Order: sequence, then C-alpha cells, then structure tokens
Amino acid sequence: MTDQAIAITVNGERRKGRTEARTTLADFLRDELALTGTHVGCEHGVCGACTVLLDGEAVRSCLVLAVQADGADITTIEGIGPEPGRLGPVQQAFMECHGLQCGFCTPGFVVSVTSFLAEQPAPTDDEIREMLSGNICRCTGYQGIVAAVHRATELIEEATA
Amino acid sequence: MTTTDAGSAGRFVGQSVRRKEDPRLLTGRGTYVDDMSLPGMLHACFVRSNVAHGRIVSIDCDAARAVDGVVAVLTGTELNVGRGSMQPTLMFEDAANVAVQPLTEGTVLFVGDPVALVVAESRAVAEDAAELVEVNIDMLEAVVGFDAALLEGAPLVHPDKGANVGQDMPVIMPGWDEIKADAAHVVSATFNQHRQTNVPMETRGIVASFDPASGELHAYLSTQNPHEARLVLSRVTGVPEHLVRVTARDVGGGFGQKMFLFRDEQTIGAAAVYLGRSIKWIEDRRENLIASNHARADRTTVELALDADGKLLGAFVDEVEDAGAWPLGSMGGAAPAVGAYFTGAYKLPFLSWHARAVWTNTCQRGAYRGPWMMETTAREQMVDYAARAIGMDPWEWRRRNVVKDADLPYTTPMFMTYDDSISPDATLEQAAQVIDYDAFRAEQRRAFESEGRLLGVGLSLYIEPCAMGMMDPLSTETANVRVMPSGKVSVALGTGSHGQGLETTMAQVVAEELGIDIDDVIVVQGDTASSPFGRGTGGSGSAIIGANACRLASAAVRDKAFAIAAQLMEAAANDLEVSDGRITVKGTPARGIDFAEVARVAYLETAKLPEGMEASLEATHTYKAPPVTWANACHACTVEVDRYTGLVKILRYVVSEDCGKMINPAIVDGQIAGGVVQGIGGVLFEHMIYDPDGNPLATTFMDYLLPTAAEIPTIEIHHIETPAPNPGGHKGVGEGGAIGAPACVFNAVADALALLDVTITDQPLGPREVLDALMAAGH
Repeated sequence: MTDQAIAITVNGERRKGRTEARTTLADFLRDELALTGTHVGCEHGVCGACTVLLDGEAVRSCLVLAVQADGADITTIEGIGPEPGRLGPVQQAFMECHGLQCGFCTPGFVVSVTSFLAEQPAPTDDEIREMLSGNICRCTGYQGIVAAVHRATELIEEATA
Repeated sequence: MTTTDAGSAGRFVGQSVRRKEDPRLLTGRGTYVDDMSLPGMLHACFVRSNVAHGRIVSIDCDAARAVDGVVAVLTGTELNVGRGSMQPTLMFEDAANVAVQPLTEGTVLFVGDPVALVVAESRAVAEDAAELVEVNIDMLEAVVGFDAALLEGAPLVHPDKGANVGQDMPVIMPGWDEIKADAAHVVSATFNQHRQTNVPMETRGIVASFDPASGELHAYLSTQNPHEARLVLSRVTGVPEHLVRVTARDVGGGFGQKMFLFRDEQTIGAAAVYLGRSIKWIEDRRENLIASNHARADRTTVELALDADGKLLGAFVDEVEDAGAWPLGSMGGAAPAVGAYFTGAYKLPFLSWHARAVWTNTCQRGAYRGPWMMETTAREQMVDYAARAIGMDPWEWRRRNVVKDADLPYTTPMFMTYDDSISPDATLEQAAQVIDYDAFRAEQRRAFESEGRLLGVGLSLYIEPCAMGMMDPLSTETANVRVMPSGKVSVALGTGSHGQGLETTMAQVVAEELGIDIDDVIVVQGDTASSPFGRGTGGSGSAIIGANACRLASAAVRDKAFAIAAQLMEAAANDLEVSDGRITVKGTPARGIDFAEVARVAYLETAKLPEGMEASLEATHTYKAPPVTWANACHACTVEVDRYTGLVKILRYVVSEDCGKMINPAIVDGQIAGGVVQGIGGVLFEHMIYDPDGNPLATTFMDYLLPTAAEIPTIEIHHIETPAPNPGGHKGVGEGGAIGAPACVFNAVADALALLDVTITDQPLGPREVLDALMAAGH
C-alpha cells in the first residue's frame, strides 16, 4: 500500500504524518499521533466512542479516513478542556453527576455533548435523550449522563454570565 | 431520585465522594489495554471457523506466511503442543471435563472457533494475511437450541462424552406428588429466556510480552481479576507464577466477561512465549459478539402448589441452560444455582428441582451480571402467571407469601438461612407505594375501557446471594495499607476495578478509619506486582470483601499509630482518637500530634518508638467473607404496549433496594441503574440469535441492539439500609439491577397483554414478538 502524507491541526497543534489510504482517522489519531483518548468501540459507526470534532462538527472517527481529514482542524478529548489539569464544563458536569463508570465510552459522550450544547444551549430532557442516542454507554444506564448534560448547561451559563 | 438515610454516614463513608478516577478518564488520559504499546510489539489476528460444526480437512497457511510483514502463522500443530490446562479459573479445576486447546484441531464446534493465529508487524497486515489462510472444513450437522440438543439420536457436540447433556443434577425431594394432590391450585408454566451477551464497550484484549532472557512474561490485560489471570497464564505457558506479571490499569467494563481469563487471551500469552516476542491482540466487535461469551439462554419449567388463599405449598423447578460448545470454567455452573436459590423472598415449605446444562454448537456460555438470575426471572414471572391463574392481584399474592421481619431468621427448603439483615417486605411495600400501584390499577382500567389502551404494571422481588464466602478464591481479599514517611497512604489491593470506582470507595474506607483526608490516600490495584493475591472484582463482592479488608488493615495501622502517639505524648493509647489528620486525647483536643508526625517517627526517628516495636507504619489484613451475604430489592415498573405496532414503552421504573451500609451512594445508584438498563435492554432489544445451522445473525451493533438514552426512562432508586453482619455492614450491589429488571419488565408487559387475555411466557419482547403474541390470540 502506498503511504500518503497528511497534515492536520489537532487540538491547536499542527501535526504531520504518513498513512495508508485505508487508515481511519481513529487509528491515525491513536497509532500515529499517540492520542489514545479517542476510543474504538465498534469500528462500524454505531457506538460513538470514537467521536471527535472535525472542523467543529462531531464525527465518528472510525468512519472517516485519515486522508479525508487532510487539512482539517480536529479536536479530540485531549483538547476539550481549557488547559492541562483543568476540566471543561462538560467534563466537570460528568464528574459531578457520576456520568461515567468504566470511562471507555466517555470521550465520545463528552465530545458529542460539547458539540450539541454549542448549538443548543438550553435543551429539554427529550432533546437531550434524543441527542445522546447516538452514543452507547453500557455502564451507567444513562442516568448520570442525562443529569450531566443538564448540569453542563448551568456551568456553561455561569461561565458566560 | 434517591432517598438515603444519611444519619449513619461518616465523613467519607456514606458520602457521594467524587471519583478519583474521573479526571484522567474525562481527559482521555486513561490507560486501557489498547493504549499500551511496547517497542517491537507485534499484532495478532485470529482465523476463526465460519461454520458451526465440521471436521477440519486442511489449513493452508502458505499464502498468509508469504505476506510482507507477517512474522508467523500458527495453528494447533505449533501452539497446542505441551500446553498446560486452559481452565480459565482457579475454581472447579476438574469440573470442565472437556479439554480446551489454544487453537482447535480436528472438529470445529461453533462459528468463531479459533483455528489459526496470524502474527504480524501491524494489525492491518495481520488481518490481510488472515484472509489468505484457507481453512477447508467438511460440514457436520449443527446442534442449535435445547430441542436439538436433547433430541434422541441428535449429533453429539462432544462425541466422547456420549451425550449433549453435560451436567445433570436432580435434587428431587420426596413428597411432591402428595403436596400437589392436597393443593387447592397447581399451576405450571415454561419460560424461555433468550440468549444475550455482556457487551462491555471495551472489548477483550491483551498485550503479552515475553523476555526470553529473563524468562518473564508481562501481560497487560483487560481483566476483572489480575491475580487469577496470572496463575492461569502460568499454567498454560509453563512460565512459573512468580515470573508472570499481570497489569490492568483502566478496564472498559466487563459485567462478568473479564472475570475469568478466556481461551483467546491465554493463546496470545502462549504465542508470546512461543515466539519470544511482545504481541498485542485487541478483540474486534464482531469477535466480541460471536466468540467471547454468551449468557442467559435458559428454559425453566415451574410448577407451583398453592392453598386456597394463594399461599405457597411447594414448587418444582426444571431448568435447562445452553452452555454452548466449550466450557468456560465449570460446565453448566449456573443451572444448579437456579434451583438452589429459587426460594427467593417467599415462604416456601417445599422445593424440588432438576438442573441440566446442554452442549450446543454455539458460543460458550459465561458469567454475565447475575449468572444464575433465571431463578428470579422464572420465579417472578411464575408468581404473576400463577396469581392471574387463581384470580389474585400479583402484589397481593406477594404480600401473602413474602418473608416478613417476624419470620426471620428464615431457612429455605435448600437449607440456606436468611438472617435478620434482609428487608424484602419493606422493599416490596416501598416499591409498590412509590409506583402508586393502586392508582395505576385504576388508570389502567380507565385507559383500557375508555380508550382501548394497554397499560401494565410489573413487580419483581428477589434476594441475592453476594460475595460467596464458600467459593475460594472468590471468598477473600487482602489489603495492604502502607503509610509513607510523609503521612500519605498507599493501599494495595488485588481487585480489578472495571467501572465500579474502587480507587475511590476503598480510599473512602481507609480515610475514614485512619481519620485522614481522602486526598492523602491512593489505591493501587489491578497489578499483581504491587498487590497481594486477591479475588478480583465480581460476584457483588468488592464492598463486602475488599472494603472490610481495607477497614481492618486500616484499623491495625491506626492502633499502631496510637501506640506510637501514646509514647510520644505520654498518654494512654486507648484514650486517643483521630480526625482531620490529628491524633488527640479524647476530651482534650489541645493535646495532640499530627498523624504525619507519627508516620515520620515510625520511619525516621525509630529510636523514639516504644520498646520492641517494629519500625514502619503499615498493616496487611486478609478478610474472608461469611458464607453468603444477602442483599434484597424490589423492582416495579409501568409500561404501555402499543397494540398496533407491538412497541413497549416504559412509563416509570422504580427500585427499592437494601444493599446495607452504602460507601458511596452515587456509585451505588450508578451500579443499580446500569444493571437495570441492561435488564431492560435484554428484554426489549437485545437478542443474540442463531439460524438453525448455527450461524450467528447478530454480528454488529445494527443487529445486536443496545438500549440508548432515548429508550430508557428515569430510574427512580430508593434505599432501605439494613446493615449486614460484617464489620462495615455492607452488602453487594453490582449485579442486583440486572437480576431484578427482566422479570419486572416482562411482568408489566404480560399484565398489559392480559387485558386482552393474551398470555406470554417467553423473552424477548420486541415489537415482533409482541405482535406475534397478539395475533396468535386473534387480535
């Protein structure tokens, strides 16, 4: 297989690498850039664990080829918080509301919720559950996650007030 | 929604302390097994049978071996030679009675049976080469399902065993016919629970690294049970136990699947030793769905004898479980427990049972959150079935038969005694009242009579045996509590936390006992090199066994700290107390010394220690659980069934439970909610289905449907806190949600369909099954 050179911005940093055309963005992030916070749960686009922001949009990085992301601006779970050692509002809310147990699906939920709340800062409970249905969690029964999204809206509002 | 009696809460124990694990997991800095990379590490991919039953004619590996980047293609010819036992657990060493090898030779027994292993420089190359391995198999007739397995003259899964019934345990007590003859009512029904699987979001995986120079094997694993995995790897590879190290930092769920070390991980360990290399294998989702372990798959016939008031006179239970093709641990481990624990929360004067497990050409059956929960599923569904049959409301039936406080201690017909720390009657009443049972019955009648809508309410009441003290090595955990010279504390435990937050809850217990801040405690677990032998995490045992080990080891440390402080302060040790990191004389808070100063003296000014005292400040305690610790709960839910689409919508879901003294109520609620949602998913969505030829039909998440937030209601959780008879008063909580939920949802749907005189006995209850039941009854 022929390698191709790609250059992407990840969490604000310019990163270059070579990859086969068939390599997914998820594998590229994990294996080439050592950003292992993006998790691969199903490799067929259902579980949502591998969700990252691509030019601001939440995408499943197992369904995007790395070469398709050439030139794009990517945010992964490692780049969601304001600075190393500090949690962003969505992360803080997940911690306060026990919105995670094993933590494997968590990066995908945090990235998806971050993207969702940027578009919809005051969602209803039904809208939250509908939005969350794109990600699968096997531990929490979703109780803490739904509560965390509500809490995140408060934290974001407090931060911007 | 949580009601908690906070009166007994301590500074840390009983508080919803935020988890120590969360900051790293929320920022992508966890370390799951696939995050581990080693220099020179190779990648493995299994070649698996694509037929359910057949004789291997040939395996041609030449084309695969010729691929650039392929290091080895191994079959049983290379890897099975000289292997030790592959029994995945230290228990039941001789019970499996079917020998398992790393890679199947001769006859494949299920779709997914591993026959070859490709090891290459990258996962992609390994997968490419695996495609080129040509496996030629002569197909044989597959045995799929109970009827096929039990049919006279059926093909045999293991011909040398002479039968497909791999375990047959009749516990037939005399007198059943006489009891039935005298009973006002005898009701009988057969319930099928369909096949499901655990589906941890992180699949199984291992990085096995063998150093031929030192002879050491280091395995990074996704496991619930590092110490057992070490000895299992030692057995299969021949590497002595002390030269094997198992490390599991973060584990992405397991629900029983990672309790025992399965065949595939053992095979990778063997391959690493065989090749003298480091090998990573991460199971893909298809493999996880078809070839890890399946669960449930039970068929249970229950016969109840009742008096004229509906009171139980006796029960007969006939249980058959589908064990799949290969043993995981014991063959048919759960079937006898379905009989043994069938009594549940009711006064049952007589119980007789027969349990069987059958081999089939399907994926092996393994532990899944409440492995023998069919006792609750079958019993609670039967209670509703029988109550309806005799014209009694199911809540009223339960009220008449439940074990009440005045009946305690109560000994079941299987000679197990419930002490006075259970509260089934209280949970039954609480659940029914919170769901507003009587008002819902009125609304159900109104909605049906005026609008034709089908509403239903279901109850499920159970008692769960937790932390089995009679099952070594599951019975014990050892905690080593070590105070450092600065007064900070490190706790080493043999547990395998995989979502339960043990780094937090065990630190809560230690901080509480030592009277220091929880930020000054770190819990190190999931690593055989840094912890004493332990039981791992499973069987609803960590709060009982792990926390009491921590508590008693901490108490010993505190006693020693008091002895040192007494010497330094010229006070009596039994006059001292500790809080906020300061040891003081009771009633004279001004006279005190910092806990950290005591620690410093213990290591750095040993001349000041009491005469003859060993320097250092640490203690180790091994806690052995009582034979059984009983937890109990009652679930109640309401549903609406759409009679035209067959769709079931859960309106409300209530849990009233008693797990004794809670360490961290938020974590307790999380365990319950997670288990309940797995149970709901099991009844309404999940179905690991095979076609008659043994082909798995649910091989992706588009076929194996997991519940999402959109289908799940708020789970309303209420607690009754009756301390268990152990030092901390804790009971187990990990499995209960998944044990109680399936019967609760089933009963609610059955209650709704009963409005149209439709009777159901089988799960699942997806739209198709509900419509089939309606149509079969002429609707």
